[in-house]
Amino acid sequence: MKRLARLLAIAAGALLAFTVQAQAPRSGGELVFPVPSEPPSYDGHREETFGLIHPFAPFYNTLLRVDPFDKGGTKPAPSLAESWTVSQDGKTYTFKLRQGVKFHDGSEMTSKDVKASYDKIIFPPAGVGSTRKGQYAVVEKVEAPDPATVVFRLKQTSGSFIASLLSPYNFIYKADILAKDMNWYEKNIMGTGPFTFVEHVKGSHVLGKKNPNYWDKGKPYLDGFRAVFMRESAAQVAAIRGERAQIQFRGFTPKDRDNLKAALGDKITVQESPWDCILLVTINHDKKPFDDKRVRRALTLALDRHEGSKALSQIAIVKAVAGVQVPGTPFATPPAELNKLAGYWTDAEKSRAEAKRLLKEAGVADGFSFTFKNRGIPMPYEPLGVWMIDQWRRVGLNVRQEVIEPAGYFGVIRKGDYEVAMDFQCGYIVEPDLDMYKFLSVDRNPANYGRYKDPVLDDLYDKQSRATSVEERKQLIRTFEKRLLEEEAHYLMTLQWNRIVPHSSKVRGWTITPSHYLNNTLDTVWLAQ
Amino acid sequence: MAVTPQTVEELTRAEPRRAGWIGAVLDFIRQRPLGAIGGGIILVMVAVAATAGLLAPYNPLENDYAAMLSAPNRDHWLGTDAHGRDVLTRILYGSRTALMVGLGASLIGAVFGALIGVGSAYFGGRVDLVVQRIMDVFFAFPVIILALAVVAILGTGVGNVILAIATPMVPRCARVVRSSALAVREMPYVDAARAAGFGHRRIILRHMLPNVMAPLLIMATAFLGEAILLESSLSFLGLGVQEPTAAWGLMLRGAAVEFAESAPWMAIFPGLAISLAVFGFNLLGDSLRDALDPRLRTQ
Repeated sequence: MKRLARLLAIAAGALLAFTVQAQAPRSGGELVFPVPSEPPSYDGHREETFGLIHPFAPFYNTLLRVDPFDKGGTKPAPSLAESWTVSQDGKTYTFKLRQGVKFHDGSEMTSKDVKASYDKIIFPPAGVGSTRKGQYAVVEKVEAPDPATVVFRLKQTSGSFIASLLSPYNFIYKADILAKDMNWYEKNIMGTGPFTFVEHVKGSHVLGKKNPNYWDKGKPYLDGFRAVFMRESAAQVAAIRGERAQIQFRGFTPKDRDNLKAALGDKITVQESPWDCILLVTINHDKKPFDDKRVRRALTLALDRHEGSKALSQIAIVKAVAGVQVPGTPFATPPAELNKLAGYWTDAEKSRAEAKRLLKEAGVADGFSFTFKNRGIPMPYEPLGVWMIDQWRRVGLNVRQEVIEPAGYFGVIRKGDYEVAMDFQCGYIVEPDLDMYKFLSVDRNPANYGRYKDPVLDDLYDKQSRATSVEERKQLIRTFEKRLLEEEAHYLMTLQWNRIVPHSSKVRGWTITPSHYLNNTLDTVWLAQ
Repeated sequence: MAVTPQTVEELTRAEPRRAGWIGAVLDFIRQRPLGAIGGGIILVMVAVAATAGLLAPYNPLENDYAAMLSAPNRDHWLGTDAHGRDVLTRILYGSRTALMVGLGASLIGAVFGALIGVGSAYFGGRVDLVVQRIMDVFFAFPVIILALAVVAILGTGVGNVILAIATPMVPRCARVVRSSALAVREMPYVDAARAAGFGHRRIILRHMLPNVMAPLLIMATAFLGEAILLESSLSFLGLGVQEPTAAWGLMLRGAAVEFAESAPWMAIFPGLAISLAVFGFNLLGDSLRDALDPRLRTQ
């Protein structure tokens, strides 16, 4: 009996060893992945598109990162900062930096570089773009008391400050370069990341090769990567299906997933997650008649989101009807309550009748025409655009769609050269402060393309951010949501996305999260044989 | 050129032509049955485009998600697309887009091509040299590449697509028209016009241009089919006409590709419409060339 037990123990040990060996990361290989969009510039602090993150994040590190193996995508993990402490009054955050980290030009990374990068993000000088500076309004100053320490001093306590440092866009740049030219990183690449930049052939691809001096010894596992720009999802699916690419990090439609699984069987692994992304309709408050809140409200009332959810979830990467928080998350408004907001009513005919009444009251004639500008990314922008234009047609609006190339899209929107346009809110982490700052007045948030100022909304945002109890915060978020989406109808929500990533089963060490901005540093990714 | 006895015999045996345009049409049908078929297809297309509002069973922009991805049935003869829009309705309305883009591009291309070609031949010398080298630059690019470049500069939309397709047509028309205009330039009536002291504009527009219309017409007709195909290609690539406008090329992209296996009607019927239209214009273009080209007429 004892002998049998010993044999079983040996067999179990051997099996375990085999399993461990089978799962041990393997070095080598090139990861090839399609990217559906190309960024306008290389500056992470300025841009807000996955088209920048997917091909260019592997060249950089951030101060902190989201744990690459956390499927919830919320757990902070060290990156260039090894550890951190918070003062008792909650207003001072001290970060100890990793030693021996080198930029790709061989120079040492120190606290001076972190300070310079965050100063650029939080306090950008005139002429320097920083899309997310509103997220750091709570920061009073950034200090670098010694080469290995960075201190953030806050004006008041903030429950979301650590979450805001998890932004994958906050690349750490070299201070000396920034001192000479704050805009240098818009056209150049030089970081501390696991891969070094080889080339970017516009319209074609980005190449990266393994950084042999990477601070996290043994990583990255890949010899390099090739990010191939492919706008059409059919071409992306064909690349995966033909095993010319291994993964597309953004996501595919349910139909694409089914087709790939049917064609490749076990060669395909599917990872799915709710997606912290929603397409918004931004309405230019500077253009008539959209300066009238009755017109904006009519636009939201015209959308039958419940029917849209049922139908579009079959053909596009969208699913749930949502307010300002990802449905099902702690601060999201429950559906029964959300359905009381204008535009969320379950009676579509009643909604449309009210929309028509408001348009008439505002003096907007039946058949009024306007141009809806949409971003030239087929999924899900195209099906949602078709859906909305038809919904608006049903209340007597005649809408023409103008599709703009992704690289030029935000240039047009930022200039205010539009009447009504598609915008998006994609978070890298589900947290009300980060998800809702998008809607603050334009003087607090340059990414508010509606160009409105609403001090009441700003005040509600600040109050919820400082709220000490969860219930109080929830109530403030509900009030914020009601003002944003119903009373003022500054922005229109469409439908929450649903993320589906079918990838080659050879791709290991990558975990899906609710954000397609996370887990693109590629340091943990490896290719099985 | 010596005239062969057979040619003389043929010419003398030729049946007398019928009078009036109806007679000319009947002659064309009898002598060029393939061209007549092409003309018939185009006539049907024009009629459909003109009466799409009466013929179409649904609104081309109306989404009906209860009927999305329906196979052809009694209610939707050619099925529905991913938004529940009736495929037949969108094909009928799509003929308007195809004709608008095709005719618009051909007209612009032919007018500018003719003016450049005749002007280049009339002035000759350095003007001709410079103009023709510029035309050579345009000739260096394949038609689709040139159209893509123009769309990239101007942006998408019906108007811009018309200009994008007309752009590669201009040098082609200019080259063909120039070769005819070079011969016309030497005609006595052009010399007479010059001797009478007429200005360049009058000589070009009144005396030369009408006499190079035959090759121009052939060129424009042949280009119509190509323009429709180009519009479909640009729209398929997402660079042409934009949703929700009904356009054949647009109907072939997006969900039509994704659902090609489970809902093939979304791609098959618009594909057939494109093929038929291009076939019709090519047949008519070839027959017109045969009928109007004097060299081919005497062979």
